[in-house]
Amino acid sequence: MRIKGKGLIDRSNTVSFSFDGRSYDGFEGDTVASALLANDVTLMGRSFKYHRPRGVLTAGSEEPNALVTVGSGAASEPNVRATMQEVYEGLRVRSQNAWPSLDFDLMAVNNLVSPFLGAGFYYKTFMWPRKFWERFYEPVIRRAAGLGGLSGAHNPDTYERAFAFCDVLVIGAGPAGLMAALTAARGGADVILADEDALMGGRLNAETYLIAGKPGHVWAAEAVAELAGMDNVRLMSRTTVTGAYDQGTFGALERVGQHHGVRSKGAPLECFWRIVAKHSILTAGALERPIAFQNNDRPGIMTAGAVRAYLNRWGVSPGKALTIFGNNDDAHRTARDLADAGVRIAAVVDSRTDVDVKGDFPVYRGAQVFNTGGGKELESISIRTISGVEKIQTDCLAMSGGWNPTVHLTCHMNGRPTWRPDIQAFVPTAGAIPGMVAAGACNGTFSTRGCLAEGADVAGKVLGTLGKKVPDVALPQAEDAPYRMEPLWAVAGKGRAWLDFQNDVSVKDVAQAAVENFRSVEHMKRYTTQGMATDQGKNSNVGALAVLADATGRGIPETGTTTFRPPYSPVTIAAMGAGAQGKGFAPQRFTTSHSASVEAGAPMIEAGLWYRPSYFPKAGEKTWRQSCDREVGYVRKAVGVCDVSTLGKIDIQGPDAAALLDFVYTNMFSTLKVGRVRYGLMLREDGTVMDDGTCARLGDHHFVMTTTTAAAGTVMKHLEFVAQCLHPEWCVAMTSVTEQWAQFAVAGPKSRELLNGVLDAPIDNDSWPFMACGDTSVLGVKGRLFRISFSGEHAYEIAVPARYGESLFRELVARAQGLGGGAYGMEALNVLRIEKGFITHAEIHGRTTAFDVGMAGMISAKKDCVGKVMAARPGLVSADRERLVGMKPVGAVKMLSAGAHIFGKDAEAVRENDQGYVTSVCFSPEVGTYIGLGFVKNGPERYGEVMRVVDHLRALDVEVEICPPVFFDPEGGRARG
Amino acid sequence: MAELKARTPCGDMLPVTHGAAQLVELDLGIVTSVMVTGDEDALSDALEAAHGVAFPKPNRASGKGGIRCVWFGRNQALLIGAAPDASLAAHGALVDLSDGWCAVRLSGGASEDVLARLVPVDLRAGHFKRGHTVRTLVGHMTASITRTGGEDFMILVFRSMASTLVHEVSEAMLSVASRES
Repeated sequence: MRIKGKGLIDRSNTVSFSFDGRSYDGFEGDTVASALLANDVTLMGRSFKYHRPRGVLTAGSEEPNALVTVGSGAASEPNVRATMQEVYEGLRVRSQNAWPSLDFDLMAVNNLVSPFLGAGFYYKTFMWPRKFWERFYEPVIRRAAGLGGLSGAHNPDTYERAFAFCDVLVIGAGPAGLMAALTAARGGADVILADEDALMGGRLNAETYLIAGKPGHVWAAEAVAELAGMDNVRLMSRTTVTGAYDQGTFGALERVGQHHGVRSKGAPLECFWRIVAKHSILTAGALERPIAFQNNDRPGIMTAGAVRAYLNRWGVSPGKALTIFGNNDDAHRTARDLADAGVRIAAVVDSRTDVDVKGDFPVYRGAQVFNTGGGKELESISIRTISGVEKIQTDCLAMSGGWNPTVHLTCHMNGRPTWRPDIQAFVPTAGAIPGMVAAGACNGTFSTRGCLAEGADVAGKVLGTLGKKVPDVALPQAEDAPYRMEPLWAVAGKGRAWLDFQNDVSVKDVAQAAVENFRSVEHMKRYTTQGMATDQGKNSNVGALAVLADATGRGIPETGTTTFRPPYSPVTIAAMGAGAQGKGFAPQRFTTSHSASVEAGAPMIEAGLWYRPSYFPKAGEKTWRQSCDREVGYVRKAVGVCDVSTLGKIDIQGPDAAALLDFVYTNMFSTLKVGRVRYGLMLREDGTVMDDGTCARLGDHHFVMTTTTAAAGTVMKHLEFVAQCLHPEWCVAMTSVTEQWAQFAVAGPKSRELLNGVLDAPIDNDSWPFMACGDTSVLGVKGRLFRISFSGEHAYEIAVPARYGESLFRELVARAQGLGGGAYGMEALNVLRIEKGFITHAEIHGRTTAFDVGMAGMISAKKDCVGKVMAARPGLVSADRERLVGMKPVGAVKMLSAGAHIFGKDAEAVRENDQGYVTSVCFSPEVGTYIGLGFVKNGPERYGEVMRVVDHLRALDVEVEICPPVFFDPEGGRARG
Repeated sequence: MAELKARTPCGDMLPVTHGAAQLVELDLGIVTSVMVTGDEDALSDALEAAHGVAFPKPNRASGKGGIRCVWFGRNQALLIGAAPDASLAAHGALVDLSDGWCAVRLSGGASEDVLARLVPVDLRAGHFKRGHTVRTLVGHMTASITRTGGEDFMILVFRSMASTLVHEVSEAMLSVASRES
């Protein structure tokens, strides 16, 4: 119920939202949890395993119980903590993990058979029969136990990622964080202050403390306002710093759109930040821990600090007759605040005997709550005092087992926290994250004044390290009460006393783990599942290990903690992968002829990042093969035009350019004449083939190398490695010019005729013989012309600056069509080269040598080159290696497929009989059948042999004749003609 | 006789404006890669003498009277806005890259915030001032980014990636603009 006059909500602004289809009113500034509590809704979820009714336990991101699904359909988001979701008009929230409804959950049958479902039950129970596990037990268990589900549909939401940089990252905007940020900012440092709450101030918004004579939240708001007005400060509210990584990098998740009903176009739901900070100050506060006792999970039972937060921040009393149970003085604040607000307090129960608490309510000292009563909501608690047992009627129990500093981030680089016996809690170990210091409650300093002082102090030290002057920051007056507590982890008694609400792990389960010798805390965690799922044990870790310590007779520090890993709280995969869906997955590289090819109806295929036309269909053609055969015919009979701009082009200049080429190519380039092109083969250091291509000499000290499309980057890197590391004394400069030139193959008997129509100075066979190159002028534009051929035909490649690429392509294709030819795509290009036995990366796939591809003779004996020594190893030059051959079907089946394996004619097609494999196949219009290239043991020695090609995946079994890999014009006369 | 028509990398994809950021294509004129092959000081002197700009130090760009020299990598700079003087060839390798790179200008009050969505380096005004340049990533693309004014950045990516550049920057502009409203 709402309490008049309390809270930092905007009561003039009512918003209505729905929970499980029922409409409720809340106020701006409410969370789903506070608004539901204001409407007296306490049942908010069902537990993970036993489907026990659960209410909200906390008021923050550590919430284990009140997990809900927000939205509907494809945009729905599961496992949202009701304590973090701000309400807005039209918000739709559903409960999870209940069927058919939250109120009547049939799955709660699990709770009745719970004796059979204790910790480790599935390891024991479902072992037999073994194969039932995957098919039956696991799916059934998964369905019954779980959190919210994904929609299964494509997520239509927009996410964002971003980078930020600062001198000082302050994590948490409570009193310590605000003070640290103020100090650092006034000292002139670049500051980012991040807080997971929508409203900065931390506990100051949830308490009634006075700071400098003002209500704490007012002081906080003023501090935030001052920071907001400074140019060197970035305030990041609704932003959870989720992980600490190497070199001062932090991950942070910002909730950008989750509090808006309608988002504008392009507005992200969340933003995943990568923040790089020279220094970080962790002021993440502390989390209150529950106490384990029987039925301590009934809706209506929550932490004492949460009750204060609901009262002071949201003006909500979570009950009409409240009880408080604690082991520390802090819990008394809850009683005082409630009493001041006029809420009836049924009892204050303190486990300690020497406590000083006064008020208009009954106080039970040296007493413990050992059980609760009620159904889906709390009705009573049972307490045990020195004088006996008593039952008290109450609808809300506020419990406090003390506070755990939020040490998580300090452990993300494998640091372990330090146990402090005086506060019975772990605190950060100094230096666990380089550049990070902790201050305030997360450092074990619990008084407000202590937090303020420590925040200012650590920020001052950071300023000193940054070489900045520490400003005068007056420390405001604030409460400075000592934190008094006595440990109480679990109340002795029967039944199940819950430690981990999210995973339904009880004190008995942890004790059972110890009994079964899972005594290490890491083993206990896996055995019981304590500390898993969305809250990662924030509420239960220390309690569980205290119980384990007790069960194993060790102390808490000896028992140790499990490993805190990022993220601190759940991060959606969508946020981390923001921008990488659809077009954002990888850059698209388009050639200058792209739109012309698309206009011509060419299906585009991806070659690395490039898009290249597969073929250019013509009206009446029903299959790609028809188009491909026609395009092959253009080149063999008339003239074809193909965009080859994607091949890597590297400009190499300098007095040592020729020496570099001699060193990286197997064959000699220093002897190449200016104005000529040579084919070259490049090896890796280990002797296998890296790449091949042509290299043109444009001047004494000037070459242009071409690489394959796939290896353009690799070759450039290789050249840089050679020039920078192996021969730094060489004077040579490499510049990628792949993108500078649009280059087109013009191939076929009529290629020169076509070119002479566009070249400003016509050419003939004498002025431009096979393998000639040089500058040219095409339709008034300076370009380059290379007489090279990847088809075996009389062919050229003509290059112009890329701005003219599209225009030249259209012109060349139009003129080719006039000569009975036209554009050809990748399919035809592939057929043309297979017919000629030219290799691509299908053959030089990273495991083949120059010897294997029949080019051993290209490794020049007159000079050294990269890979030469290793290529000469006996194993790389033995005759029985799988070596390049051609093949044609000779049996009944006329089909071939790449990837098939080759066996002896009468051999069984099994691995032991493997003789080689097929790398490239095509239908050859020239030969009239399918032809293939592949590698066979003793390759060239088996020409004429009939072998068996079996593709086990496609169920093909073909008889082939092994033959030389060149199927067409083996003398090469056509290219020279 | 037919005539070859020139097309710019971005064509009609630009300009684009979302919120307080604008993206326009730049015509840089002649762009030449200048790589040191001899003495860097001599090359720098020759550049000064011929074009009035020094060979820039790493991560810096020099400029004078519409001519700019932008550091582009190890021993490499781009000379922008003038045909390279023949005297430079004695000290460096000159390669025409006028058509190799797609150049755009991102400007407006939101430009830093837009780039913070795409670029993993600190481009805030206090750290990346006018005349500073960096080879880095824009999303998945390698790029060159130079601050050319208070809120202006020149961004270069491979010509073939122009449409991806426009797409990525536009998305980031939309995203930032959605926070402004």
